[in-house]
Amino acid sequence: MAGGKEIKTKIGSINNTQKITSAMEMVAASKMKKAQERMASSRPYADSIRKVIGHVAHANLEYKHPYLEERDVKRVGYIVISTDRGLCGGLNTNEFKAVVKHAKAYKDNGVDVDFAAIGNKATGFFKRFGGRLLAQKSGLGDKPSVNDVLGTVQVMLDAFDEGKIDRLFVVYNKFVNTMKQEPTVAQLLPLPKAESRDEVQSGSWDYLYEPNPQPILELLICRYVEATVYQGVVDNIASEQAARMVAMKAATDNAEDLIDQLQLVYNKARQAAITQEISEIVSGAEAV
Amino acid sequence: MAAKTVQLDVVSAEERLFSGAVETLQVTGSEGELGIHPGHAPLLTTIKPGMVRVVKEGGEEEIIYVAGGVLEVQPHNVSVLADTAIRGEELDEQKALEAMKHAEEAIADQSSDLSYAEAAAELARAMAQLQIIRKLRK
Repeated sequence: MAGGKEIKTKIGSINNTQKITSAMEMVAASKMKKAQERMASSRPYADSIRKVIGHVAHANLEYKHPYLEERDVKRVGYIVISTDRGLCGGLNTNEFKAVVKHAKAYKDNGVDVDFAAIGNKATGFFKRFGGRLLAQKSGLGDKPSVNDVLGTVQVMLDAFDEGKIDRLFVVYNKFVNTMKQEPTVAQLLPLPKAESRDEVQSGSWDYLYEPNPQPILELLICRYVEATVYQGVVDNIASEQAARMVAMKAATDNAEDLIDQLQLVYNKARQAAITQEISEIVSGAEAV
Repeated sequence: MAAKTVQLDVVSAEERLFSGAVETLQVTGSEGELGIHPGHAPLLTTIKPGMVRVVKEGGEEEIIYVAGGVLEVQPHNVSVLADTAIRGEELDEQKALEAMKHAEEAIADQSSDLSYAEAAAELARAMAQLQIIRKLRK
């Protein structure tokens, strides 16, 4: 019986793997639901503050905040949000590819790039990739709070304040739906001019400020950056769970196929062994 | 001004508390109480712990507690970006009283690990909550 036992052991081990992947799929599915809820609940704030910032960018401000002004780009910074753990398909790989492509366009023009990594995978990648890491943070878990990202954001804002970087981007996987997650590179600073879709006309007006423009704008823009990065983190977690769920589902299905094929091979081998034995017995009997 | 209502959004980092057309709203700005009617000039201000009193279309009132944040006014829409916000009816008097006592102790006790500024801010938040609770009771 050629390899019958080996095939049996192989089937057993694939079976075990399948149990693990299907368990991971179910865990990811339930976590995804929660992550989606969290994403939905933090979205209104991010949307509202984006709207306000859009208005601000269109106003003719008496106080020109450095975050609003385009500078000569000598160095750009990226905040790259990745997952902490693997086994989530091509999620991180696709994201890093997008970053590298984006950064390469700058590098070709002689502009240096700096990175800040959120999540283990990004830290690992940029260590290998050779970018300059200004900050890193990992171990956010499934329920990150805004405080978890503040440190990283502050490092990049300080770098921007000191003129070490002239443009700041955030990179994350945007959750479109369960099957689709899009690597997204969004500009944080200087504030990009929002498309003016509402009735706010640009250029000719300014806010009334209480008490003075500087602290308010400072606060508002800081909040905006924090909220956007936090939104990115929450989106990324939802994407991670969705991607993991899909990847694990594919793995479970593949295991099923593999088991079917091996079972067939095993049955054939067993049948061949039996046939051979019978013919041996028959020919033995004839000889006697 | 022709428009009789203005679109208001009250959001905190956790959720959207209010979204809809309102006739007028009242907010505690950093420089004092503000009443906003439709067609108000663009305004940007920080807000202090206190209440947002909203008069909805038709005269119905709603009170929301906010613990600081930013207020943006445009002629046709108003956004309240709160750090923390709680609907008036969901406030917990017991908790607010406790927080107030705790803050008062921290202010009196020099060796406490809370700094004076933090304790004072905590006290202001607790007092604002209590004020709203009393107002709602009337």
